Amino acid sequence: MRYIEPHGHMVSRTTDDYTAMVSAGCEAVCEPAFWAGFDRSSADGFYDYFCQLTEHEPKRAAKFGLPHYSWLCINPKESEDVGLANEVLSLIPDFMDRPNVLGIGEIGLNKNSRNEVQVLEKHVDLAGSRDQLVLVHTPHLEDKRKGTRLILDVLKSDSRIRPERCIIDHVEEHTIKMVLDEGFWAGMTLYPESKCSPARAIDMLEIYGTDRIWMNSACDWGVSVPLAVPQTILEMRRRGHARDWVDQVAFQNPVAFMRQSPKFQVPSGSH
Amino acid sequence: MDARHKLVDLAAFMDRVNRGEGNPDFRYQAFLEAVKVLGEGGNSRAAAVLEVFSDPTSEPIASATTKAACGAWPGELGESGAN
Repeated sequence: MRYIEPHGHMVSRTTDDYTAMVSAGCEAVCEPAFWAGFDRSSADGFYDYFCQLTEHEPKRAAKFGLPHYSWLCINPKESEDVGLANEVLSLIPDFMDRPNVLGIGEIGLNKNSRNEVQVLEKHVDLAGSRDQLVLVHTPHLEDKRKGTRLILDVLKSDSRIRPERCIIDHVEEHTIKMVLDEGFWAGMTLYPESKCSPARAIDMLEIYGTDRIWMNSACDWGVSVPLAVPQTILEMRRRGHARDWVDQVAFQNPVAFMRQSPKFQVPSGSH
Repeated sequence: MDARHKLVDLAAFMDRVNRGEGNPDFRYQAFLEAVKVLGEGGNSRAAAVLEVFSDPTSEPIASATTKAACGAWPGELGESGAN
């Protein structure tokens, strides 16, 4: 099997994880900027993080033969402090031209506050002004449905943003339809305790089809499984889905979305 | 077997809560509402369960007083930081 991990926070993972992913058929990994599990105390912390995402981590991944791409932003969990967010936003343009940066992400909302919306709008403006791809984090649990609606409205209010160039991640059964119906891509995150189980993700694919959908592990420093995508592929085969159907979701779809950035190179080992 | 296992686990959880003491928890009240959805027909029970736990409002809140979600909407009072 071959697959792409379109959302993995590899700075939080070990070299054993890289070995396991490549052994399981991973052909590229994409890493959105996110919350470190604690609030960074200044914009300098983000500067270092952006250097890590665009310089150090690609080299670490390359040691395992794995192409590494990144997305840049200040995560919505740190967006309540608008002053800090503005400082971080001012850093991003200097990193946008780096060779592994695919776009702006993972932006979005966390608790759906006014300040979070304000910072989201600034990220969307940055993406629109530079014609960047957008990767969106939708909120957790009870905040997801409302937050997803607010996010879609912000994106649709900017005429420069094209839905087919935005992936709305962490969809579940109550949000996937609105995302797809309005022309956006949908990401399903495979988590042990929240978001989607492999069985539920496959259910949604069977209901909504395989167009404009990808799946990811969003593996990070919390409870998460870096091999969640290949494990879901096994479940797909167990259900009797054809290899082409599986390959569409696990490989071809991520490629189709990310190759909208000229920086994304289709893995050379693919056929 | 997998569904049976999960159902028995939920039943044991509910028994455990009943054996406990203390004030009612809004999350458990939402859980009981969600359980009712399981008995309904149709093909969208998963979405309906998620809807039960969801914030039904549409406007942004004034400010975020916490980073974490708790699993069920605490109501307007909870959102203001009182919960």
